[in-house]
Amino acid sequence: MNLRTPLSERTVRSLRLGEEVAIDGRVHIGRDEMHIRALEMREQGKEMPFDMNGGALYHCGPIARKSGGVWEIIAAGPTTSARMNSLEPLFIREFGVRAIIGKGGMSGPTLEAMQECGCVYLAFTGGAAVLAARSIKKVERVEWLDLGMPEALWIVEARGLGPLVVAMDAHGNSLYDEVSAGVEDNLARLKGKLGR
Amino acid sequence: MELERAVEDAVVDMLREAVTTIPPDVQDALRAAERAETSEVARTQLATVLLNMREAEERGIPLCQDTGVPVFFLTGRMFPGLEESIRRGLARATEEIPLRPNAVHPLTRRNPGNNLGEGSPRIVYRPTDDGFLDVTVMPKGAGSENMSALAMLTPAQGLRGVKEFVLETVARAGGRPCPPTIVGVGIGGTADQAAELAKESLLRPLDVPNDDEQLDALEGELAEALNCLGVGPMGLGGRTTVLGVRCAMAYCHTASLPVAVNLQCWAARRASRRIFADGRTERRQ
Ligand code: SF4
Repeated sequence: MNLRTPLSERTVRSLRLGEEVAIDGRVHIGRDEMHIRALEMREQGKEMPFDMNGGALYHCGPIARKSGGVWEIIAAGPTTSARMNSLEPLFIREFGVRAIIGKGGMSGPTLEAMQECGCVYLAFTGGAAVLAARSIKKVERVEWLDLGMPEALWIVEARGLGPLVVAMDAHGNSLYDEVSAGVEDNLARLKGKLGR
Repeated sequence: MELERAVEDAVVDMLREAVTTIPPDVQDALRAAERAETSEVARTQLATVLLNMREAEERGIPLCQDTGVPVFFLTGRMFPGLEESIRRGLARATEEIPLRPNAVHPLTRRNPGNNLGEGSPRIVYRPTDDGFLDVTVMPKGAGSENMSALAMLTPAQGLRGVKEFVLETVARAGGRPCPPTIVGVGIGGTADQAAELAKESLLRPLDVPNDDEQLDALEGELAEALNCLGVGPMGLGGRTTVLGVRCAMAYCHTASLPVAVNLQCWAARRASRRIFADGRTERRQ
């Protein structure tokens, strides 16, 4: 199923764990430094160079190239979302993001903010940089390039960004929690069976 | 002069090969893993990985945007100016391929933009009396490198302790290192040596057995156990958590038992060249 941004709360709340989707429309690409700067500027009451209401935020540090004055995204797979664990709950509440795309999942406080505000986490295959880049049709704008290419805020137009798996829904459920509970049990059992 | 140029060119060439293609042994293992998965989500992850890999190779672009920080292994005849040649090659490769400029100052986080800095790239030198120089590069992404771990076990914890530590490390890493991973395990030596053994063991192709029988058996046993953890491709659950385990060892102090784990993501990139004294360069598997 393809979802078009901006996303409504209803659409986002109807998504179920394990469901496969793809994203069409505007996507914001940013990671660690972008979160830090955006939250700092918001705290200082400064005007933001973006509107992420109903938007999709993609955790990614792309390889981009400028040719003939136009930016082109060459490779853009997801980065580890857990690095944004301490920043994301506030980011979701402040900026109204409805979908976070990344890899590896996020922690409890983010899951809570997602449930509260109506936001989902969509897992993208780590390393699928070429497929991601292929689905990015245009770079609308890049902000904060002084943070470096991987850390800047890239605002792009995507078509069929995916396949994405709904890995954390807007109702407090996380596929990662389910998997890691199983892994804990398996670990205990396997350790008991180890030969010397 | 000619030799320096040959090394520089070889570095660009091998980095391009490494970041745009996956070695055949890893490809085979990924395909086998896709066939073995039974859950829809796990199969989708591996199918996406394989599709991405094919596209990257066809179009000659980096298969993952994290082109890593390259680790160079040099074995053979060294010569003055070698390090500079490698650095020039890396700066050129960063521009030409392009590679993502990943190397930053550890504290100020300043990014010079060319992947060069103090101590970066890391180069491991193994001088020999041979008439040629073998250069191998392993671009190492942060997702997997960040999950590395070192334990200074007590000798009493023994082999069992080693196995437990490997299982715990992979379980704790979950989906973050982009599983299915290859697990490098360095056993013994000093703390730094264990870490180096773990990393270097990742260079041995998945279809080449360990020539130490005991370690070979350990690799098999660990791989089987790790694939029962249920982490699965990208940590979303499934049968394939690892593509393989590689172990290496060194004698250690009678009072120590260091163990290091270095994880390599499915994008297990590597490339090698042999450079002869006259500047002739040969591609190696
Ligand atoms: S861990 Fe490997 S596959 Fe995953 S994003 Fe990093 S380099 Fe790419």
